[in-house]
Amino acid sequence: MKWVGAALLGGSLLLPPFLAGDFYINLASQILIAAIFALSLNLLVGFGGMTSLGHASYLGVAAYMSALLTSRYGFDHGTAALISISGTIAMAAFFGVIALRASGLGFLMITLALSQVLWGLAYRMSNVTNGDNGVTGLTRPAPFGISLDNPVAFYWFSLIVATVAFLMMMIFVSSAFGSSLKGVRDQPRRMAALGFNPWLIRWITFIYAGFWGGVSGLLYVYYHKYIHPSSLSITSSAEALLGVIAGGSSALGGPAVGAALVLLLKNYASAYIERWNMLLGLVFLFIVLVMPAGIVPGFSRLITGRGAPR
Amino acid sequence: MTAPSEYALEVANLKKAFGGLTVTQDVSLTVRPGERRLIIGPNGAGKTTLFNQISGDLRPNSGTIRLFNADITYLPPYRRAHRGLSRTYQIITLFADDTLEHNVSLGMLGLRPSRWQMWRPMASYADIKTEARRALDAVGLLHLADHPISDIAYGERRRVELAVALAQQPRVLLLDEPLAGLSNTERATVKSLIASIPRETTLIMIEHDMDTALDLAETVTLLNYGRVIVDGQRDAVIADERTREVYLGA
Repeated sequence: MKWVGAALLGGSLLLPPFLAGDFYINLASQILIAAIFALSLNLLVGFGGMTSLGHASYLGVAAYMSALLTSRYGFDHGTAALISISGTIAMAAFFGVIALRASGLGFLMITLALSQVLWGLAYRMSNVTNGDNGVTGLTRPAPFGISLDNPVAFYWFSLIVATVAFLMMMIFVSSAFGSSLKGVRDQPRRMAALGFNPWLIRWITFIYAGFWGGVSGLLYVYYHKYIHPSSLSITSSAEALLGVIAGGSSALGGPAVGAALVLLLKNYASAYIERWNMLLGLVFLFIVLVMPAGIVPGFSRLITGRGAPR
Repeated sequence: MTAPSEYALEVANLKKAFGGLTVTQDVSLTVRPGERRLIIGPNGAGKTTLFNQISGDLRPNSGTIRLFNADITYLPPYRRAHRGLSRTYQIITLFADDTLEHNVSLGMLGLRPSRWQMWRPMASYADIKTEARRALDAVGLLHLADHPISDIAYGERRRVELAVALAQQPRVLLLDEPLAGLSNTERATVKSLIASIPRETTLIMIEHDMDTALDLAETVTLLNYGRVIVDGQRDAVIADERTREVYLGA
């Protein structure tokens, strides 16, 4: 039953280019990008038990690096992407060392503080980042000579990256390392007594999540062809976290669904309702009350007819 | 090459205080390889605190702990595990949502390099699976191997705790009240399980149930107020005047 649902959902991702107009195809591309971002955050939140409120750092820094390298320093997209991702990984490694000194609320506050530092830099260091005006005049890459400038081509590109990301993260969490990670989330002391190094397991996961955050950042800047400090803001981090919680952090696909929901409300509903944030709040309230574990676990329980867990 | 060690575990002048409360005061004890040691003492004597220092959950303020002649006083817990130290907990800390087999497998994974493996699914390790099931069979729980811990009874969880520890084939095993909260029948089961642990494993056990535990022990250490009061061969310790005073209530 679970696989039928997953297959249907996966299959439906192939449809937009054939059925919908440019507006909806673009919306679908953005959903895929937000989904990668939320999935990477969920490696920390759901599987690692580390609730971060600074995940936009990785999206934003990768995006800014790629934007500046291609527009100002004349790098080609391939090299720029490589440098941006490496830079993001290095930054995640450094941030991880700082943030993992704490856990729980302390961890959340440190990740928030670190991301606010970057946000402030993006705003104030305007000789580099162009401040509030953002970096404009960017281009999309053309892998293997295929231009990604039309919405359909870009959608296929995003879909391929998102599929690879999803599969890679699925392999990651079901691997032996993934089992260690979940063990450290539930019983760190026990895991240490069993021979696992909890800190190192968390740190590696932190870096891996940062890597996929960076990948989503590249797609983000390719899509928008523009980058603004708001991509590094707490709102950006919080929306992803909201998606993770709404979709369900215990199910692998949950954050992707949650991210889609947040993005649809933000981009689609906001065309009709000015206070889309209020709508988002109401929807979130509904989810928390009716399906506290999130949309995906909630529905799968509805379908399999199993009672509430524990 | 270090000299072959005379002792499996050597604790010397161990001190631990929480603020003004000294819980371990100058504790020294030695355990020979293969020995069965019972640690007794009234509530608050510092037995579990001593265990927590040996396993690395707590750092002593001073003193040394040596495992097979190697100083492990300041090693993190996971490094001690890799040196052959394993423990069970007084309060059961298993992974409630996971199956019995997964719980035992995790313990085995902890000592293998494959714990860093990020590609292969956990479920595909046939050797771990086989050994985990063997360990569960040894504690008589093979028929429940695919059930989550939350499905099984308390007494059975105690046995899973033991299976997790034994599957690691430790050189030194610390058992923190392995009989706590068990019925008489379950006690007999767990007792014979502990009795059947091979001599390659040195056993150090905290237990309140003297009737059962004394049968398993060769040597006994009596702690009170964080100090070693009496230490030696079982019968000598039981017969000792001070033991009666402190523990058995003369």
